[in-house]
Amino acid sequence: MTTFIWIAAAIVLIGIYLSWTAGRLDRLHARIDAARAALDAQLLRRASVAQEVGTSGVLDPAASIVLYQAAHEARQAEEDQREVAESALTQALRAIFAEEAQLEAVREAPGGEQTVIELTAAVRRVPMARRFHNDAVRAARAVRRHRVVRYFRLAGHAPFPLAFEMDDEPPAVLDDRSAGN
Amino acid sequence: MKIGIVCPYAWDVPGGVQFHIRDLADHLIRLGHEVSVLAPADDETPLPPYVVSAGRAVPVPYNGSVARLNFGFLSAARVRRWLQNGAFDVIHIHEPASPSLGLLACWAAQGPIVATFHTSNPRSRAMIAAYPILQPALEKISARVAVSEYARRTLVEHLGGDAVVIPNGVDVDFFARAEPDPRWQGRTIGFIGRIDEPRKGLPVLMQALPKILAEVPDARLLVAGRGDEEEAVAGLPAELRSRVEFLGMVTDEDKARLLRSVDVYVAPNTGGESFGIILVEAMSAGAPVLASDLDAFAQVLDQGEAGELFANEDADDLATAAVRLLGDPARLAELRERGTRHVRRFDWSTVGADILAVYETVTAGAASVAADEAVATRSRRRLTRD
Repeated sequence: MTTFIWIAAAIVLIGIYLSWTAGRLDRLHARIDAARAALDAQLLRRASVAQEVGTSGVLDPAASIVLYQAAHEARQAEEDQREVAESALTQALRAIFAEEAQLEAVREAPGGEQTVIELTAAVRRVPMARRFHNDAVRAARAVRRHRVVRYFRLAGHAPFPLAFEMDDEPPAVLDDRSAGN
Repeated sequence: MKIGIVCPYAWDVPGGVQFHIRDLADHLIRLGHEVSVLAPADDETPLPPYVVSAGRAVPVPYNGSVARLNFGFLSAARVRRWLQNGAFDVIHIHEPASPSLGLLACWAAQGPIVATFHTSNPRSRAMIAAYPILQPALEKISARVAVSEYARRTLVEHLGGDAVVIPNGVDVDFFARAEPDPRWQGRTIGFIGRIDEPRKGLPVLMQALPKILAEVPDARLLVAGRGDEEEAVAGLPAELRSRVEFLGMVTDEDKARLLRSVDVYVAPNTGGESFGIILVEAMSAGAPVLASDLDAFAQVLDQGEAGELFANEDADDLATAAVRLLGDPARLAELRERGTRHVRRFDWSTVGADILAVYETVTAGAASVAADEAVATRSRRRLTRD
């Protein structure tokens, strides 16, 4: 009889532990979803501002086409091409705003001041959102690698979380913290 | 935005983290946000209207010194009540890994949580043992902020994952606008910090002083900070003691005026710094800075671009650099100019905007903060109503 009670107690304890771990994992997946949504929003915002600048006619025609093309592709990219397309947009932005004169040109156009503020915020927030996303992914992966989680399939059908890898180094003129912007 | 900030250390004890939280709260309130700060405080302590007391912090030996911490069911219950009443869009926890309010809040909350790691302590044995307990709480944090690249590196090494770097903020104009005081001008070297804490490095400066005075006899050292003054000058030859002036504890206004007045500000700290707010304050006031080459200091000074560095704990190197600076007005003017330009990135207008950007990034696509139901149920089962 005592043995039976011990076994029952052990099973209950294991059950509680498993349910707690499943809850923890569920919360981590929710965190990844939220972080991914935030990253998508920031990437989309950046592509929109870039496209606006590209179509505004403020920059020279060659730069305009390069920027428009990169922004367009970033917005239209399929899921598996997304990292490449977004990195390409980052590189296009860096190439175009390599000279400060280009930024001045945008700033002088009507409504340009606002555009520059939006673009600065966007190129600053993309790396932030991406770090938060990848941090969540790492935490979830650490839990999912546990033997208990694997043997009892606590993750259910949730896909194995993947980090979002891209080049997100902002153009130097837009990341100049000394100007106080 | 409704923002809840958790301060881990007693509100009535002066400290870098407390000042940072106070300034951040003031800045956010000025921008029109609703802010509530949860902090340990005695019931008698007068608190600003936005601070909610989490009860008295208890002094306990922790990690080699006596720390004042909050723990236990009563504190946990207060944290939960604060979370329920506040209905915050985001909560910002400072020092979430210290066994105090930060950790309790992390444990009891769910939703968008931002956490700032201030210190860069090497991983303690207690933390390794507590890792399985700590991890489920820490993995609720949606956004981690480190105060310097150095703090970020230690964070990544010890806890894994990643963090964005947002430096501590300073009200640059407060220091820039202060009036210099003639009493403190003319070949003066400034030092601000606890006199009796060797980590702050005053002994190194005292060791270097005879060499400095041998080359620049009319130089004076001004020391502001608490501690035993007799003991501090004990190692100095008697005839040189008059060249050292102790100002005791100074107010914020006097601190700004002192920094505006000195020819060189020296920060000889020997370790344990993760940021170096005093360097930022000195640069804000236009004081040329000479600091030990700690990782954190080198980063604040832009690897020596915005201020000079000397080899840590090397009194000879400090003396040489100080003599060179005091005899070169052109270099001092250059450092003043560079420091003033460099320091803008630490102004609250920049730092506050970055912190708000983090809040906005984590709240996009997430529900608001709530008390964690699982934790609450578990505690109710333990009959811990207050």
